Amino acid sequence: MQIYLPIAEMSVNVFLILGMGGAVGFLSGLFGVGGGFLMTPLLIFMGVPPAVAVGTEANQIVASSVSGVLAHMGRGNVDFKMGGVLTVGGFLGSGLGVWLFSILRGLGQVELVISLSYVLFLGIIGALMLRESLPGVMRRRTGAATTNPETRGPGRHTWIHGLPFKMRFHKSKLYISAILPLAVGFLVGILAAIMGVGGGFIMVPAMIYLLGMPTQVVIGTSLFQIIFVTANTTFLQATINQTVDAILAILLLLGGVIGAQIGARFAVKLKGEQLRSLLALIVLGVSLKLAYDLVITPNELFSIAAEIK
Amino acid sequence: MTPHALFLLFAATCLGPSVTHAQDAPLVADVSENLVAITTGFTGKEILLFGATDGPGDIAIVVKGPSRDITVRKKSRFGPIWVNRQSVTFRDVPSFYRIASSRPLEEFAPPNLLSRFQIGTENIRLETADDAALSPDDLKVYRKSLVRLKTTGQLYDEGLGSVNTTSNRLFRTRILFPASVPTGTYFVEIYLFRNGTVAAAEIVPFNISKIGFGADVYDFAHNFGAIYGLLAIALAVAAGWAASAAFRRA
Repeated sequence: MQIYLPIAEMSVNVFLILGMGGAVGFLSGLFGVGGGFLMTPLLIFMGVPPAVAVGTEANQIVASSVSGVLAHMGRGNVDFKMGGVLTVGGFLGSGLGVWLFSILRGLGQVELVISLSYVLFLGIIGALMLRESLPGVMRRRTGAATTNPETRGPGRHTWIHGLPFKMRFHKSKLYISAILPLAVGFLVGILAAIMGVGGGFIMVPAMIYLLGMPTQVVIGTSLFQIIFVTANTTFLQATINQTVDAILAILLLLGGVIGAQIGARFAVKLKGEQLRSLLALIVLGVSLKLAYDLVITPNELFSIAAEIK
Repeated sequence: MTPHALFLLFAATCLGPSVTHAQDAPLVADVSENLVAITTGFTGKEILLFGATDGPGDIAIVVKGPSRDITVRKKSRFGPIWVNRQSVTFRDVPSFYRIASSRPLEEFAPPNLLSRFQIGTENIRLETADDAALSPDDLKVYRKSLVRLKTTGQLYDEGLGSVNTTSNRLFRTRILFPASVPTGTYFVEIYLFRNGTVAAAEIVPFNISKIGFGADVYDFAHNFGAIYGLLAIALAVAAGWAASAAFRRA
């Protein structure tokens, strides 16, 4: 069954889109990630214009983050004050990101910047995750018991603690400069707007290692601020670039909700380290695929685009 | 209406009667549908073009979609990766192009006329916006690439469609529009060739536009971007909340 997407201006198979939403939803339920980093490249690969893929994916992530955050709120795992500060940074960052996006689009470089951001950030995060989770899997295999050599977290004192405008975050048990979460929110906001992702895969490590937040509030707080950042991206993409396809977003959402439900059930059966190394491999795989596409000699050197007026 | 289309109308009204008998129009034509509607289930559409002539002759038909400025970009190596580095913008390029004729073109039409009336993809006039610092040879490569990419996207067809004729009087042909067809005003140009000249020309406009729910969404998104954005967010929040409520019950 074909359906014509009014903003993407193309005809797609309904079941293909539902299936994609379902598959990515399954993975996001399994690993507890948003899945934007998989969906956006998939949409572009299908022929959806990159601008529409990014704008629409931001819209879909609003929905998945809302449903995620409600679950975490029930368990009291959201630091609203920290989320608020991150959101302020995120608003500014995503605003800048959408603006950069429309400039890059005019220059014909938006696809390159999207690809490079994916290669760079997914590559780094994937490699770090793999390095961290593989020893765990190996240990489990060999049966040797060792303690976690990483002793990071709050309590260390670096130049970061010398910054002004200190704020107290009760839920996270932190007393740090507000500049830090503002800057993190800002940078992740730029990337989220350009890459068509929520940015959780960068935000979560940044919260743990840079801000020193306790792990149990990280996911909920990250999701909480992603809602506002992706809502801002959706609004700006819709207003400035007219690239939010609500029909496509609804279809992806329907598949995603069901997929996430099934994924979450499967997650219970897998071990933490196994999950993380699997996710690391997927993240690295996407990154390597995009890097390969940038490096090999393309079959077609030319491309055409109708001028944006 | 483009200057070219105006010229054709002029040619049709002035040139036509002087060449043929004055009492009847030498060439009449119409399309089966003046409006091709792109609805939610749109997967492409075929329309029928038909007409009559006042006697023997050869028919050539050109279908042109609305003009757009098109930028052709070329990738080249930049360190280890391939990057768009050079580009040429062509002004007023037909977004859609098809030709059809009753016989192979070279059998009845001299090349200078094919070129003047832009019959055949190699004759589409592609003027650059800024006459960039490119050699004519390089420009030719860009022009060819534009036609090739449009052809891959099914928006141009380098092949020649066939026009069926009956008793040297009636003619008809089918025009197929793919799902990716651009919207706007289209012109079908019909040329009647006799003795190596254009004896008559006729132009039939028709529209391709989005109709129904999809069209409403598109118009709304473009005219009220801010409200559209807010609605999209509201919809997403509601969907997320509903999903979470359903999860909890399950």
